[in-house]
Amino acid sequence: MAHLRGSHRKGREPVTATSIPHAPGFFASETPRVVTQRFDYEDGYTFERAMATGAYEGFKTALTRTPSEVHDEVRAATVLGRGGAGFPAGVKWGFMPPTVWPRYLVVNGDESEPGTYKDRLLMERDPHQLIEGCLIAAYATGLSQCFLYVRGEMPLAHERIAQALNDAYADGLIGKNIQGTNFSLDIILHWGAGAYVVGEETALIESLEGKRGMPRLKPPYFPAAIGLYGQPTIVNNVETLSNLPWILTNGAAAYTAIGTESSPGTRVVAVSGHVKRPGVFEIVNGTTTFRDLLYGEDYCQGIRDDNELKAFVPGGGSAPWFTPEQLDVPFEGRECSAAGSMLGSGAIMVMDETTDIPTAALSLTRFYAHESCGKCVPCREGGTWLEKILTRVVQGRGTSRDLDLLLEVGATICPGDFPHASSSDLGLDATPFPYKMTTICFVGPSAFAPIHSALTLFRGEFEDRLIDDDAAGAIGVPVAISSNPTGEEAS
Amino acid sequence: MAAQSDETQMSFFTTENRRLADVIVARYPKRRSATIPLLHLAQEQHGWICDDAMIEIADLVDATPAEVKGTGTFYEMFKFHPVGKYVVNICGTMSCKLMGADELMNHAEQKLGVAVGETTEDGLFTLEHAECQAACTEAPTLQVNYRHEYRVTTDDFDRLVDDLTAGRRDGDIPAHGTLARIRQEIPANRAVGAVPPEEVDGPPAWLPQEGA
Ligand SMILES: Cc1cc2nc3c(=O)[nH]c(=O)nc-3n(C[C@H](O)[C@H](O)[C@H](O)COP(=O)(O)O)c2cc1C
Ligand code: SF4
Repeated sequence: MAHLRGSHRKGREPVTATSIPHAPGFFASETPRVVTQRFDYEDGYTFERAMATGAYEGFKTALTRTPSEVHDEVRAATVLGRGGAGFPAGVKWGFMPPTVWPRYLVVNGDESEPGTYKDRLLMERDPHQLIEGCLIAAYATGLSQCFLYVRGEMPLAHERIAQALNDAYADGLIGKNIQGTNFSLDIILHWGAGAYVVGEETALIESLEGKRGMPRLKPPYFPAAIGLYGQPTIVNNVETLSNLPWILTNGAAAYTAIGTESSPGTRVVAVSGHVKRPGVFEIVNGTTTFRDLLYGEDYCQGIRDDNELKAFVPGGGSAPWFTPEQLDVPFEGRECSAAGSMLGSGAIMVMDETTDIPTAALSLTRFYAHESCGKCVPCREGGTWLEKILTRVVQGRGTSRDLDLLLEVGATICPGDFPHASSSDLGLDATPFPYKMTTICFVGPSAFAPIHSALTLFRGEFEDRLIDDDAAGAIGVPVAISSNPTGEEAS
Repeated sequence: MAAQSDETQMSFFTTENRRLADVIVARYPKRRSATIPLLHLAQEQHGWICDDAMIEIADLVDATPAEVKGTGTFYEMFKFHPVGKYVVNICGTMSCKLMGADELMNHAEQKLGVAVGETTEDGLFTLEHAECQAACTEAPTLQVNYRHEYRVTTDDFDRLVDDLTAGRRDGDIPAHGTLARIRQEIPANRAVGAVPPEEVDGPPAWLPQEGA
C-alpha cells in the first residue's frame, strides 16, 4: 500500500466520510488476519462492503445460541484485553454480580497512550466489526445499553462510526428486537474531549457521567462490580471487542490455534520511530519477537540508514525500555514482564544510535506530567518535579545531585525496586514487572518509567551534560536539595 | 468563526441545535452524561464555550453552571476564549519528537509569527503544542481542527498554511468547533430508549432463566 506523505487534496467536492482518504500506516502481512481483514478494501468501512464480506455473521451465529454459551465461547478463546492490562475478557465479564441490573457496556476508544496507533484504524476502517463485537458482548452478558466512547480528536472515526451505526440501525441490526428476537440494544456514540487519563477505565466512566475525568479510588478494582451510575459495567478496548466476530464465526478453537496457549490470537501493533518502515501490523500473538518486528521483511525491515539500534519502548510510553539484548523476547505477557517491561498497548517506539536519550526520556515524562489529573499528590507534584529537574539536566543546567534527586522523587511514586531490563555490559540482571505504586492509576509511575530506564541503562549520557555546583550557582540554577534532608539511612 | 449569532440572546442554542441537544440528552439514562456532547455542540455553534452556553447546558443536564464549567475545563478541546478559525496542534510526544517535531514547531512559529499558545492577528490560526495523536508511524504529525496531516515537512507546513488561508481546504477542514459532520441518528421506531438505572429491576428480556 502506498505510504501517503501528507494529504494535500484540493478540497472542492463536497466532503463525506467516504471522500476522506484512509489514514496511512497499515501494512498487510502473511500472518493470519483476525481483525484487519476488511482493511484490504478501500471501502471496507461501508455497510455494503461489510455486508458483502461477512459482517454480522458472528453475531447472527451468537443469536442462535444461549447467552451463556456465547460467553463460554469467548472465555474459551482467552481474548486478552488489548487496552493495556491484558486481562482475559471472558473472565472479566464473569465478575459482574449475578443479580444486579441494569448492566452497561462502555467501549474504550480513547486511544492516546504514546506510540499507540491501532484502535483509531480499527474504528475508521472497520466500524461494523466493532459494532458487531459490541452486540456479541451485550448479548452474552445481558448488557442493556452500550456507549462507544471515542477520543474527541478523531473526527474521521466519529464520522465512520456514526454512519455505520445509522446503517446498522436502519437494517435492524441494532435497536429494538434485533433480527426479530427478544434481544434489544441501543449503541450510543459518545465523544471525548481531550484528556489522556480518561482512557483509564474508571476515569472513562466518570467522564461518561459528565464529570471531570479523574480515576476512581480502588477497590473496587473492576467496574464490573460498580461502574457507570454505580451499576455493573464492562469496559473493553476497541481491539478486544473487534476480535469477537471472528471468534463467533470461526470458533474459539480456531482462535487458540493461532499464537500460544497463554497469548492466543493476533495483536495489532504500531512500530514508530527510527525504523525503515514504520507501520501498523497484525502479528501472531505470543510467538512474534521484537527482532521479527524491527528487522523482518514483512514488518519494519530494519533500523533506518542501517544504524545500530540503541533502545526501544516495547509497550507504549508507560513501559520500561528494552535494548538490543531483549530483541528475542516474544510478544508474550509473562516473558515480557520477566524481562522487565510490559506489552501494554502494542506500541513500540524505536531509537537508533543517533538518539539523544535524555531528550527522548523527557518527551515522555513531560507527557505524563502534563496529563496528571491532580488527584494524587505523588503524581501531581512528583511528575511536575521530574519534568522540571530533567528539563534542566537536558538543557545542560543540572548538577550530579539532580540525577539522585530524580530517583528519589521517583521513589515517592514507586517505592522499592523499579522494573528494568538486563544489561550484560552494565552487569545488570532484569528486575521483573510490575512495580509498587503510591498513586491511584499508572500516570504517576509512567512519568518515572522513562527516566528510570534511561538513567539505569544510559546514565553516562546524563552525566555528560551535568555542570558542577559553582557553574550552576553562576547561572542562577537552584542547587538540588535532597528530599531526605536529615540524611537518615543515607551513607 | 462559525457562530450563527443569535440576535435575540434569549437562548444560546439555535432552534436546530436546541432540538439536537434534546435528542442527545434523551439518549442517556442520566441527563448529566450529555454534558460533554453538549459542550461540543456549543463549540461547534460558537467556536468556543461562552458563559451563556454553559448556563443553558447546565439547565439541560440538571447541573449547575459551575459543574458544567468544572467538567468542561478538564478537557483540552474545550476553549473558554476565542481561538483561531484553525487550531493547529503539533504533536511533541516521543515518536514525533524522534522524527523532528521540534524543528517543525520552530518553523511553525516563524511561519505564523506567533509563539506556541498564541493566535495570529488575523484570527486565522492558533498554534498549540499537542500530545500523542495516534498516528505515530506517520511522524511528525499535526492536526488542524483535529484533522490529521502526516509526515509534515517544513515545506508541507508552508503549503498547508497557504492553502488554509486561501480557503483551499474548506472542503475537508471545517472551522474550529465542528468535529464530525455525520451525526448518529436513531430512528424512532428502532430505538430501545434510555431508562434511568433505578427504574430497572430485573435482567433484560433475552436472559430469561439464565443462571438457573
Ligand atoms: C492512564 C491510563 C490510560 C489508559 N488508556 C487507555 C486507552 O486509551 N484505551 C484503552 O482501551 N485502555 C486504556 N487503559 C486501560 C483501561 O483502564 C482498561 O484496562 C481497558 O480499557 C480495559 O479493556 P480491555 O480489558 O479490553 O483491555 C488505560 C489505563 C490507564 C491507567
Ligand atoms: S496517578 Fe496521577 S493521573 Fe492517576 S489518579 Fe493519581 S493524580 Fe490522577
